[in-house]
Amino acid sequence: MPATERPALPFRTRLGIFVRLLAIQGAWNYETLLGNGIGFCIEPALRLLPGGRHSPEFHAALARESRYFNAHPYLASVAVGALARAELDGEPPERIERFRTALCGPLGSVGDRLIWAGWLPFCSLLSLALFGLGARALAVVGFFLLAYNAGHFALRVWGLNTGWSHGLRVASALGNPVLRRGPQQIGRLAALATGIAIPLALGRIIGPGRSLLGLVLVAVALGATVIVRLQGRIEGWRLSLVLLAAFSLFAVLR
Amino acid sequence: MIDWAHFVELIPLGLLGGVLGLDVVSFPQAMISRPLVASTMAGALIGEAPSGLLLGAALELIALETLPFGASRYPEWGSASVVGGAIFATYPSHPAGSMPLAALAALATTWVGGWTMVKLRQRNAVWAGRKREALEAGARGSVVSLQLRGMTADFIRGAGLTVIAYALLAPLAAKCVKLWSADARISRCVIVALAASVAGGAAWKLFHSTAGARWFFVGGLGVGLFMLFLR
Repeated sequence: MPATERPALPFRTRLGIFVRLLAIQGAWNYETLLGNGIGFCIEPALRLLPGGRHSPEFHAALARESRYFNAHPYLASVAVGALARAELDGEPPERIERFRTALCGPLGSVGDRLIWAGWLPFCSLLSLALFGLGARALAVVGFFLLAYNAGHFALRVWGLNTGWSHGLRVASALGNPVLRRGPQQIGRLAALATGIAIPLALGRIIGPGRSLLGLVLVAVALGATVIVRLQGRIEGWRLSLVLLAAFSLFAVLR
Repeated sequence: MIDWAHFVELIPLGLLGGVLGLDVVSFPQAMISRPLVASTMAGALIGEAPSGLLLGAALELIALETLPFGASRYPEWGSASVVGGAIFATYPSHPAGSMPLAALAALATTWVGGWTMVKLRQRNAVWAGRKREALEAGARGSVVSLQLRGMTADFIRGAGLTVIAYALLAPLAAKCVKLWSADARISRCVIVALAASVAGGAAWKLFHSTAGARWFFVGGLGVGLFMLFLR
């Protein structure tokens, strides 16, 4: 339920915030993380404060919102919407500070599981399966970008609207079934897509090596096991770099 | 003697590398920087999109392992995939060493790219530190300029990395392709086996803790292998 009767956020302001949300990590650094980005995104809404952008309230709010903050970049839209609403509702600064601190953890972990460990690999693997089935470049790339960004933009829009609607009571909205059960469901689908995509993609990339397919499949099974066993000690991409460099040296210098 | 044709070729590649490098973190994170997309775009720029896609798919399998979790340090695939895709696309007949060498170029660039991203983040912190008083006072200009400066620097980082990596690695790859002595089938199998192994390991890392996911994986693998042998 909305915190109080929801005031209208002008379309132009909403659009301004949304466009800025796409650049929320523009000044990401190891000290304030997303902090400056949050201030940057909320700034169009703060102009609606009494007295506008030259008022002491505007400066105080912008200073408060530009401090340390951490969240998943897409779900930061929830924080931006909620904080904009809180500032325009005139909530006490100490309450806003507490809210900012409490929101960091959940928005980071839910976003990581839902997007980085779920939606991104799922879309990537579906596109690789499409590639393995012989689809052309435009179809593969177009499918990936459309599928991934449908989820990406929908999440950002939902986050901004939800944050704005609920203000400081946005925690209840984070119980949304998509956020609670989504990571697990998408994880299962992504696991299915992994099983389908890896052999199909392998079958197309291998080209002239197809006569050695059986050997390659055995090598992949062994290689994946080694990489899982070495987890935490060396990353697979670094191992690939070293092995590929060694193979290239051998092939060139032999 | 300066090779002007090579120099002119670097400008669009640098711009593409800059835009895709920017997408990795700063703007708009629409995943146009994923190897599948970035390498294909670089291939299209050279006039060989299918070659770019082929290398992009191999790199995408490897990139599944390195997802941008939180504040972790990860390799930068956008600019690197442009370098790899462009190098591979210059060999439309796909001679034996072209794919391993292009993948190696991309992996080396992605490593350096990850390091440049860390340096940029440290630089962003320095810039923010210099404006601390203005930020504490809620100066709008400081908040906006920090954001714009960070994004501009990231674009320049990606473009510069792409230009330097391509300018250094493309001629080196050309020399190595001529000297390449390994069999074409073996060469392709090595890169495929490495990429698929990393993807398999990455999948386990991502999904092993999800209830029932391993059965979905096994089911999918059965379907995938069946379709592979049908083709």
